[in-house]
Amino acid sequence: MIVPALAFYVFAAIAIVSGAMVVSARNPVHSVLFLILAFFNAAGLFVLMGAEFLAMILVVVYVGAVAVMFMFVVMMLDINFAELRQGFLRYLPIGGVIGLILLVELLIILGGWQLSPIASSTATVAITPPVSEVNNTQALGQLLYTHYIYLFQAAGVILLIAMIGAIVLTHRRRPGVRRQNIGRQIARRPADSIEIRKIPTGKGL
Amino acid sequence: MVLADINVGILYLFAISSLGVYGIIMAGWASNSKYAFLGAIRSAAQMVSYEVSIGFVIITVLLCVGSLNLSQIVEAQSGSWGIFNWFVFPLLPMAVIFFISGLAETNRHPFDLPEAEAELVSGYNVEYSAMTFALFFLGEYANMILMSAMTTVLFLGGWLPPFNIAPFTWIPGPIWFALKIAACLFVFLWVRATLPRYRYDQLMRLGWKVFLPISLVAVAVVAGALLAFGWMPARAG
Repeated sequence: MIVPALAFYVFAAIAIVSGAMVVSARNPVHSVLFLILAFFNAAGLFVLMGAEFLAMILVVVYVGAVAVMFMFVVMMLDINFAELRQGFLRYLPIGGVIGLILLVELLIILGGWQLSPIASSTATVAITPPVSEVNNTQALGQLLYTHYIYLFQAAGVILLIAMIGAIVLTHRRRPGVRRQNIGRQIARRPADSIEIRKIPTGKGL
Repeated sequence: MVLADINVGILYLFAISSLGVYGIIMAGWASNSKYAFLGAIRSAAQMVSYEVSIGFVIITVLLCVGSLNLSQIVEAQSGSWGIFNWFVFPLLPMAVIFFISGLAETNRHPFDLPEAEAELVSGYNVEYSAMTFALFFLGEYANMILMSAMTTVLFLGGWLPPFNIAPFTWIPGPIWFALKIAACLFVFLWVRATLPRYRYDQLMRLGWKVFLPISLVAVAVVAGALLAFGWMPARAG
């Protein structure tokens, strides 16, 4: 029993330290790399809790796609790192307050779940089958696609609208940009684009 | 025979193989040179794009299996029909898309734009030499072997013999598995020797406008066919 506890403390400690390094690293690219380390340790914590599906999805989605995009953007930005860090102390109280609010909200959720009579009564008549009978991929599938299908579809529609909104906001016709028109390129024939002239000797065009 | 029979085996492979991009991005960024950086940026965009269609292809296979476990994926392809039970026949377009996306994912020809020597000198690894360079190539070749093994497990029936009759069943499973991986690797090298390099916009068009819609429709079609004809796998786990 000592190994899971030890693994938990190792994962949790590295996650917290790398979380702190995300905000305090001097170079934004290093921040993103520490963020990836934090994701990994969170995935490790999920595995320890027996939620192997969530752990893998965390790595696939956040480490494999989202963090690559962050890295992409951060590496392409042309920013003065010293200037970027100037307001750090000024914004520290606001950031601290936001962090505190998040912590309090998490505690409220946890406390409400522990204390509320409704939650404790529904916990005994679980809508999902027990973990020992079914693995968590199936349990999650049943929750998302059977019990909460309307909420899941509503979330999907919201994401779709957000995606369309982002495309509408950024995808506009810019004047002065020369685009490649493949149809026109293929339709172009040598006879239309070059002209062969006979030039008599000793005379210009 | 199975070293670690984890429930989410295929997801684990998918998750770990998506980390390969970090080696290339970090190498390109740390070189502090424009060619290496351009190679790294190309590689990041390319690998993220093709991972999407690989994910959808894996979903179509998983729909036919009903499990994420690698052993169960192979066992779902066993049967008296031998080679015709493998998923490569019912899901042939998906197998082709998976293999081509695998070429792009491992930065092999004809999608080796991150190291296109004609335009980027040598791309992300231009500043590396000796053992560090060797490590990049060991990584790339190991990634090729991994992709071939994934193709074998998902579509070519893993360790199963092609026919369930005497001379084929004498050969043990690991040898069949190795032979199938070797056949996939041969196709990798064959493609490299045959095809010219894609242009970058063609690569992006192929990924996002061809493979993504086809694999997305295929997920719906396969799921619909399984439901309509009652072929839904009953296996639990």
